[in-house]
Amino acid sequence: MSTVTLNIDDRKVTIPAGTTVLEACRMNNIPIPTLCHDPELTNSGSCRLCVVEVEGMRSLSPSCVTVATQGMQVKTNTRRVKEARKTVLELLVANHPLDCMTCQKMGDCSLAQYAYEYGVKDDVYPGERRNVCLDDSNPFIVRDSNKCILCGKCVRVCEEVQGRSVLDFYQRGFESLVGPAFGSDLSQSDCVLCGSCVSVCPVGALTEKQMIGKGRPWEIKKVQTTCPFCGTGCSFDLNVKAGEVIGVTSNPEAPVNGRALCVKGRFGTDFIHSPNRLTAPLVKKDGEFVEVEWDEALDLVASKLRAIKSEYGADSIAALSSAHCTNEENYLMQKFMRAVIGTNNIDHCART
Amino acid sequence: MKSLLDACCERCTHTPEKPCQDYLFCRTEGPICHDDSSCQEKRKQFIEQKRAKTSGSKRILICAGTGCASLGAVSIVQALSDELEKHGLTDRVEVVPTGCHGFCEQGPTFIIEPEGTLYVKVSLEDIPEIINEEILNGKRIERLLTVNSTTLQTTTQFNTNSFFEKQERVVLKNCGFIDPKSIEDYIINDGYKGFVKAVQNLSSDEVIEEVKKSGLRGRGGAGFSTGLKWSFCRQAPGDKKYIICNADEGDPGAFMDRGVLEGDPHSVIEGMLIGAYAIGADEGYVYCRAEYPLAIQHLEVAIAQAEKIGLLGDNILNTGFNFRLEIRQGAGAFVCGEETALMASIEGKRGMPRVRPPFPAQSGLWGKPTNINNVETWSNLPHILRNGADWYGSFGTEKSKGTKIFALTGQVNNTGLVEVPMGTTLREIIFDIGGGIINNRKFKAVQIGGPSGGCLPEELLDLQVDYETLTKAGAMVGSGGLVIMDESTCMVDIARFFLNFSQSESCGKCTPCREGNKRMWEILDRIVKGQGEMEDLERLESLAMVVKDTSLCGLGQNSPNPILSSLKYFRGEFEAHIKDKKCPAHVCTALLTYFIEVDKCKKCGLCAKNCPVNCISGDKNNPYVIDSSKCINCGTCQDKCKFGAVIKQ
Repeated sequence: MSTVTLNIDDRKVTIPAGTTVLEACRMNNIPIPTLCHDPELTNSGSCRLCVVEVEGMRSLSPSCVTVATQGMQVKTNTRRVKEARKTVLELLVANHPLDCMTCQKMGDCSLAQYAYEYGVKDDVYPGERRNVCLDDSNPFIVRDSNKCILCGKCVRVCEEVQGRSVLDFYQRGFESLVGPAFGSDLSQSDCVLCGSCVSVCPVGALTEKQMIGKGRPWEIKKVQTTCPFCGTGCSFDLNVKAGEVIGVTSNPEAPVNGRALCVKGRFGTDFIHSPNRLTAPLVKKDGEFVEVEWDEALDLVASKLRAIKSEYGADSIAALSSAHCTNEENYLMQKFMRAVIGTNNIDHCART
Repeated sequence: MKSLLDACCERCTHTPEKPCQDYLFCRTEGPICHDDSSCQEKRKQFIEQKRAKTSGSKRILICAGTGCASLGAVSIVQALSDELEKHGLTDRVEVVPTGCHGFCEQGPTFIIEPEGTLYVKVSLEDIPEIINEEILNGKRIERLLTVNSTTLQTTTQFNTNSFFEKQERVVLKNCGFIDPKSIEDYIINDGYKGFVKAVQNLSSDEVIEEVKKSGLRGRGGAGFSTGLKWSFCRQAPGDKKYIICNADEGDPGAFMDRGVLEGDPHSVIEGMLIGAYAIGADEGYVYCRAEYPLAIQHLEVAIAQAEKIGLLGDNILNTGFNFRLEIRQGAGAFVCGEETALMASIEGKRGMPRVRPPFPAQSGLWGKPTNINNVETWSNLPHILRNGADWYGSFGTEKSKGTKIFALTGQVNNTGLVEVPMGTTLREIIFDIGGGIINNRKFKAVQIGGPSGGCLPEELLDLQVDYETLTKAGAMVGSGGLVIMDESTCMVDIARFFLNFSQSESCGKCTPCREGNKRMWEILDRIVKGQGEMEDLERLESLAMVVKDTSLCGLGQNSPNPILSSLKYFRGEFEAHIKDKKCPAHVCTALLTYFIEVDKCKKCGLCAKNCPVNCISGDKNNPYVIDSSKCINCGTCQDKCKFGAVIKQ
């Protein structure tokens, strides 16, 4: 593999050819702030927070889209760079609601973190602030465009990872917004509510509705688990506060799915603490469901199946198995039907 | 033979259906497919008549560009044609609705050939006189002639008029002198000869070398070497390449490209043919803003004509070279003039710039190597190929070769389109060609390069207009808009105007441009309203520098220029607004005070009668007085006063 050697902040750094200056810095623990960059998405180079000084360049260079070249001289920490980054943050803060105390993203907000690091004050640019309606139209995602910093990560993840292209920019200049076509709500769009946009949002513009008010990042314990909804085997982090699952966040390290999840996995765990959830087998006795032991329940099913089979034949019995189960369980189900019951009447909910 | 493109007789073997290298030559110098001196004579005579060179024949060139058309030129063309028919003069007098003559201030304009008589501000009522005097009696009509502002003599011919005299019309050579809807007219005036020379006598690399040698630089604003740009695209790997003509002209006050497209669309097509051949592209697009309906119409006609005679399509002139050209209309976003946004728009996406590299030469339209030049650049090329790089290089300065078209607008006498060699001074353009400032008021500033350019003061009037000099002065050649401002212009207000343009045209992608332009506009807005503080200037300047330094595309990188140049050259005016709460140009309403001079007041009461807020009191015995605490500075009293007694300060 060919490498290039460049100079970052008077340090000699050797990296694989084709690496961006941002990656080169991060490989060498040189901090660079970013808002629109995501390693899994194409680079838009639009937030302009990652700018660095490259010798020979007239303007500051966005490090996320600048490929490092042999002998390049990069400065990441000059006054000019710091001033520019601070100004970019001041501009973003000037058009961002400062209701951090009640914001679901508090403690996990990149804008707040950088504003703190760069000593940004909120009164540098008094003037108009965006004031648009909240999109609260669906059960899972709250979209607050007033908090949006237009980094475009949600737009790119929707297009590049999910292939849906539900979100895009609309209107121009200061009036620019991100949303579904014609400024409609998510519920009126083709959105499948996979929540990938929520997983990449660096601020509180896209949040999980179910988790609002349920816990702060520092109160939450993340427990990695495998999704119970189908056999794909996605894993994610259950967000647990005081022994209660309050929601799910995807984990970029998940081996099967990375950050991607479907609507069920990301937003469907509310059944865990549901009072309607069945936790023991029920058998109807005298017209009423009565809680029984597993042995009793299984004996009842076995005797009924046997009776039906002997009276009407094996083909009078059919089974429909579920995507909730693992592949192994589904295998066993068909084996049971064919070898034990003696019928081919077996189907699966995900077959169609 | 009704058209030059018709066969002279049945022996002619040249038809567009059978591509042949000699087709155009046969039509203009021929016939060469058979030997017959009478056929040759027929062609020669036809061309001479078209050039109004046969005795007694006249061509009346009526500017019917967008400017003159809005002044009634279209109905004048119709009325004049009807009148000529009535007099049975259609055989020897041809009425040609042309593109822009450039002399927009004086429109509608007539140029009558062969004499070259220039008539200005022609109206429907003048038509009978033009027929009787000019056409039938060969007499000039004094009142429709112009006066040379230097010699103060009445001029009859357009080229002795001070507006035209000092111009060097290369790109605009045909504009206003041919029928833009006639490929025949273009071909008679050496049209497509540059392309024929390129495709028949030169290799692609030789064409690029010739363009490099000419020193032509992009006329869209950045001034990059055209030949070099072409060579990048030619060298880029890939069998499919595109070329694009950027006709998304959008600077306030700029209409050079519109003028060329309306007046000489074939020159753009020919330029693109040359470029496509040199680069190895077989498809091209003209991206034109939909607000230019006449330009689009003329271009559509021109493309159809070129296709019909085999100058566009497959196996052009039997050379094996293929090229197709299509028009795409822009929906009105200024940022689509930026090349990457323009390509996104052609692809059907939102017109938003993307980061470069990759540059279009490597990965452009649909990921293929693409070369983009603007209208004026493309239409320089036929002239370079036809007359040679050395000829072209004889115009201009050492580093900025050739000519440049400027759109003169604002408070200048001769608004219009002018073409001058690079290196001409601003003073020559504004005062010699432009005729100076309206009503002999004092010149204050010239905004050059549109919203991305800067405002230059009187001290810099002797600056040569070329890429390096203007950039050094904090402005830019830009696409060529020149907005002239006199002493009645407030520079803070003008900076606010341009910032308002930039902030509303920002695409919203990058933070500094989207948010920064808005905040700069807000600061300027506070200053013109008298709410500014001195630290606002500091903030404005530092924010402007960051926006310039960090924005993604040219729009944001240059939008602070009007502020930075105004702060550099007119800082006193900003300070007057902030410290003294006064607008020296008496423009900013919030900073004005109206009062009535007692000596001049005739106590007529008109001011009080018309005051919308009843803040003027007085009667027959007492002079009228304005209560400034109630006054809304609307200026009605000043407009109504017949004695000049109301003063604003």
